Amino acid sequence: MDTEKIIQELKQKFDSDIDSVLISSNKRVTVHINPDLLLSMAEYLLQTLGFRFIIASALHTRKGFETYYHFSLDNKSLILNLHVILDKKNPEIESLANMMEAANWIEREMHELLGINFLHHPNQEKLLSEGNWAEGVYPYRKNFIDNIPEDKE
Amino acid sequence: MSKKTIIPVGPYHPLQEEPELFKLYCDGEIVKDVKWETGYNHRGIEKLSESKTYDEVFFLVERICGICSTSHPFAFANAVEEIAGIEITDRAKYIRSFIGELERIHSHLLWVGLAGHFLGYNTVFMWAWKYREPVLDLFEMITGNRNSYAMFKVGGVRRDIENNKIPSIQKVMDELKKKTDLITGAVMDDPVIHARTKGVGVLTKEDIIDFAAVGPTARASGVAIDVRKDDPYAAYPLVNWKVITAEEGDVFAKAKVRLLEMYESISIIEQCTEGLKKEKEGDITVKVKEIPEGMGTGRAEAPRGEVFHFVISDGSNSPVRHKIRAPSYTNIATFKKSCIGQTISDATISLAAVDPCYCCTERLASVYDIHKGERIMNAEELIKASVDKTRGLQKCDLS
Repeated sequence: MDTEKIIQELKQKFDSDIDSVLISSNKRVTVHINPDLLLSMAEYLLQTLGFRFIIASALHTRKGFETYYHFSLDNKSLILNLHVILDKKNPEIESLANMMEAANWIEREMHELLGINFLHHPNQEKLLSEGNWAEGVYPYRKNFIDNIPEDKE
Repeated sequence: MSKKTIIPVGPYHPLQEEPELFKLYCDGEIVKDVKWETGYNHRGIEKLSESKTYDEVFFLVERICGICSTSHPFAFANAVEEIAGIEITDRAKYIRSFIGELERIHSHLLWVGLAGHFLGYNTVFMWAWKYREPVLDLFEMITGNRNSYAMFKVGGVRRDIENNKIPSIQKVMDELKKKTDLITGAVMDDPVIHARTKGVGVLTKEDIIDFAAVGPTARASGVAIDVRKDDPYAAYPLVNWKVITAEEGDVFAKAKVRLLEMYESISIIEQCTEGLKKEKEGDITVKVKEIPEGMGTGRAEAPRGEVFHFVISDGSNSPVRHKIRAPSYTNIATFKKSCIGQTISDATISLAAVDPCYCCTERLASVYDIHKGERIMNAEELIKASVDKTRGLQKCDLS
């Protein structure tokens, strides 16, 4: 009930920009969005609907750099994941660190481990491996063989 | 123009047994800015998890932290069971919550002791660590280990808590209540502790929301978030308890929240043992066939706050991606707010107030008599002594 109401509200506000919504259960929802929408969507979730930012997780797949931003609405037991897919060659997205301190560390970590560039991040330095890891080498990236067509994955 | 001095705390420092470097930029006694370097202990656990089977991951995540070593398996089990749609038995739920709460008690006692030590109040340190020992003995009796209990698996728990152990558990709880009264009194009524902790390291509600801090750090600033209530799991919906909060946001409020939480934990443990008596012995697992494709989020309230695990499965026997967010990850960042403008001596307790996660799993190899220089025990003899002690405890002999 509450979950449906929240999804309705999001759909009304961001209608055409939401690619799809996956409702796993009453407590778990994943919203697939265009990366351009991230800032306004996150701001709406945090400031209007009262969500709390938990963390973000990124992974390297054949589609590109898939990033999940996890938000929690504590009094409704709800976790909402915003899912964006970033470009394979040049992964970049707007930083959330200017909106909240909580995103600062994890964006630095994702930059360091996967090489995702966070635009307008206040301080995109290495978090974990300062001074003991090569520049431009990203340990969590995978080596996909390019000549396998995507549909035969 | 004033001259700023950098005071390094770490990477190895008596204040923190784990390596992490804080640079305090000070003008005289006052901390003006703080910068940190982390990553001394980066073990690549998320990456390692992708190469382990679901059963093996439990042992891996248990080793993230030596103190809250059950909270990570707890959250991971919740995540995997969400993917596979598994509902565990009530007996397993009670055992899970029982272990979770017993861990909270020993972790909070450890923190109270350390906080006392940082303030120079070593009586509290000695008491808290002394009365933490029976709790660890209880763990040894139930699980065979003082830490890293290996109790959890997908679909239930590995070991049962037999009903004949319940009287010994109750005995330890009765004793613990008295000792908690003693320690709470020693902290709450002591004018020196008041002077050192009230109004120190204050975090406002806005700071907590900005840094997305969790656990007792958030609850001490009036933000009543607790995953056990907000997203109930295991036996928490089956027992009565309340979320402890305070409004002040200073170090004293954090101590108060932790001490009062211990009473709630004792109450939850007693209700869990009552619940165990009603359930059939040995009914602790459900059969799990396979983990299907999908993704799951698991949360658990560790002693320090919300532990978050995000697992993506492709239907094989190991995760494709396993993201872990420990509570200290968000809580340590609040140091930037809580210690600027404080004196150096207050800055250290402000850091300790968020209970940054330390590991206490050192081991002895041999024992020497310091006067004669003779070896009393070698490694094998020590292991034998340890095994004998565990066997003794498992016969419910907690004397």
